[in-house]
Amino acid sequence: MTWMVPSTQTRTKARRVTMSDAGIATIDRTLEPGMGVFNKKLGMWVFLLSEVMFFTSLIGSYIILRYAHPDHFAPPGAILNVNLTAANTFLLICSSVSMVKAFAAIQQGDVKGLQYWLLATIVMGASFVGVQVYEYIGLGQEGFLPGLDDYAAHAGGPLYGATFYAMTGFHGAHVSLGVLALIFVYIRALRGEYTVADHEGVEVIGLYWHFVDLVWIILFTIVYLI
Amino acid sequence: MSSAISMGDSHSEDHHHLGFIRTYIFSTDHKMIAKQFLVTSLLFLAIGGILAAMIRWQLGFPGQPLPFNLGAILPNTMAPGGIILPEFYNSLVTMHATFMVFFALMPLMAGVFGNLLIPLQIGADDMAFPRLNMLSFWITPVAGAVMLASFFVEGGAAGAGWTSYAPLSTSGEWTGVYMGQILWLVSLIILGFSSITGALNYVTTVIAMRAPGMTWFRIPLATWSLFITAWLLLLAIPILTGGLILLLFDQTIGTAFFRPEGSGEPLMWQHIFWFFGHPEVYILILPAMGFVSEVIANRSRKPVFGYHSMVVALVAIAFLGWIVWGHHMFQSGMNPFLGMSFMATTVVIAVPSAIKTFNWLGTLWKGDIHFDTPLLHAVSFVALFVVGGLSGIFLASAPVDIYLHDTYFIVAHLHYVLVGGSLFGIFAGITFWYPKIFGRMMNETLGKIHWTVSFITYNLAFFPMHNLGVQGMMRRIYDPNQYEFLQSLQSTNTFISKSVFVFAGIQIIFAINFLWSMKKGKKSGDNPWDSNGLEWTCPSPPPHGNFAEVPIVYRGPYEYSHPDREQDFWPQDEAPVDDLDGPEYTDPNESTESNDE
Repeated sequence: MTWMVPSTQTRTKARRVTMSDAGIATIDRTLEPGMGVFNKKLGMWVFLLSEVMFFTSLIGSYIILRYAHPDHFAPPGAILNVNLTAANTFLLICSSVSMVKAFAAIQQGDVKGLQYWLLATIVMGASFVGVQVYEYIGLGQEGFLPGLDDYAAHAGGPLYGATFYAMTGFHGAHVSLGVLALIFVYIRALRGEYTVADHEGVEVIGLYWHFVDLVWIILFTIVYLI
Repeated sequence: MSSAISMGDSHSEDHHHLGFIRTYIFSTDHKMIAKQFLVTSLLFLAIGGILAAMIRWQLGFPGQPLPFNLGAILPNTMAPGGIILPEFYNSLVTMHATFMVFFALMPLMAGVFGNLLIPLQIGADDMAFPRLNMLSFWITPVAGAVMLASFFVEGGAAGAGWTSYAPLSTSGEWTGVYMGQILWLVSLIILGFSSITGALNYVTTVIAMRAPGMTWFRIPLATWSLFITAWLLLLAIPILTGGLILLLFDQTIGTAFFRPEGSGEPLMWQHIFWFFGHPEVYILILPAMGFVSEVIANRSRKPVFGYHSMVVALVAIAFLGWIVWGHHMFQSGMNPFLGMSFMATTVVIAVPSAIKTFNWLGTLWKGDIHFDTPLLHAVSFVALFVVGGLSGIFLASAPVDIYLHDTYFIVAHLHYVLVGGSLFGIFAGITFWYPKIFGRMMNETLGKIHWTVSFITYNLAFFPMHNLGVQGMMRRIYDPNQYEFLQSLQSTNTFISKSVFVFAGIQIIFAINFLWSMKKGKKSGDNPWDSNGLEWTCPSPPPHGNFAEVPIVYRGPYEYSHPDREQDFWPQDEAPVDDLDGPEYTDPNESTESNDE
């Protein structure tokens, strides 16, 4: 058995085979590398840490500006439609549930269930973005804009608009990218490329999706509710 | 392609079958990506050097036309009649720092050595995500092209300093630079993706792809330092990206995050920038510390003194780096009580730094020192890092910093750390691992000439800057002679400029040595330095897949001059003689470091 293996996916498995081939069955477990997860999953966790830092810079700026200039920020519900966004938040949380169902389905080898729940996740994720765009158009017509010279809403000030669009906009971009990635995974699921033994892609996109959902719960709380 | 997937024994054959484009341009092989990073970042280093030489021309010979009729090449918006305009001088200062920090030093450390050393030293066949790795490289020239393009747009390149403090950077009305500043932001936002994808790869690879037996405390210090650096990149770069995006919004769509006229907070930019910026400082020095540890241990033929404390010190520096950013802002109008706590945390960093320094000295102590070029560069690193570190303690104390802030003392300090530290560390790394990259040795005579002249002229150039700063010469000043009290410093400035020109010129010797040795250098063999690391067990240059079979690691990487052995080195993967049946991990004659734990 040579060290050369075809792809990263099979590399970990190949290494284990090689090791047992070399007769090292007695190897101390603590001397084995890794965290007990496959590379893509570990990579996604590490990537999400950097995403946490990115959203921290946006949320941190919002907290500083809001604390320094309370007059720029209108009370909850004065401009933003809390009820609409609460419904949208519920939709996104539901999409996280359907993502869990999709992963649970393929763990049981249920390819049809995987396809069904992935599609549900995609529809709910895309609807979330759609509602957000609808909300943006309405707010724009009311003069709730990010620019210093453009802001014409009946309450608050330009910092309100700027921080609102920066945070929710970058979150929306993350959801949109997540929907695109889910469509990619969905196409692979339709082709039957995921099995009980090999469904790393579903698990990895699931991690991303839950992260995006979690960020929204924080954003919804600090931007809309308090 | 199918041949690459086959299980053939000859890896060089697979390499051959990939074709020119897959082998040399869009390669996923970590060693080729390291070479690509090496060539591009050395080019950016040269660009940064040319910009530095132009800055020094203006300071050494203010108001005189550039030599060699360079003024004829530059347009009138930069240097009419060869005389550098003040606006262009601002761009020079900004772009010199930007190219050196983001396009030369960072890729030279993380890009080149992260890619080259991590898989080889931990016994992996490649990175965890080879295609992501390729993406990480190809983002860099795109970002570099955007940055270079900013010289040619109306208003010239960014001129608000590499720190781009708001409100100077939020509007072109202060600097006269509109498009240039936007391109600067866009370029750095693009480059951030390169750093993050690279760091993601390094972290995953080190955690998950180590060879059997490669425990955490058997990892060579170069990989340790690159691993810690990858964490810093991963967590610090997104903060900068967030700040850059908000600043870009201020410039393009009229938001007021950092613009005081719209109730924005200029001070917030400084907090965001330095919250990234101080970990960034350690991104630029920690890998050099790793290379130097390897070189000093190998060329002294002794184990690294206090291997565990070296690792702990790296982690401690990386952690403390997150809670000291306010020491850049003592003069920014921050609450003085906050300044005091930042002063305390900053001074604490001297402890792990001193641990490392004394460990390097302890490693050299009574060693069988081989004065090769890598060792000369590595020892220069230790000496110059101490000077830069001590001036750092001056600047960390708020009362002293209030006087020295934004003077040439800062310029001296940061160049002692980034040139004397990082760049000499990189030279140590390049000269040490060059045989592994290209399979040939660099010329020792040219190497020693390059080191000698570099070391002397470097100190002649940068040490007097401490004095300029104490006498009040401001950082980034176009012409100090406009102040009467600075006019007496002109002779020092001219002397510094001449030293810089020699320092810059001697790098041509390095370039010649680098290119000439690639084709004509002496063949190095697998292990020219009699080193222990796994990277020296595979051929030079290593083939696709690196190792013919998975290496098994039995001991730490610094078992030099072991008393029980005739050979003065002990490769990490050499099986113990009393254990021919199978590997034994609890060898009593194991590394001395693990016994003193």
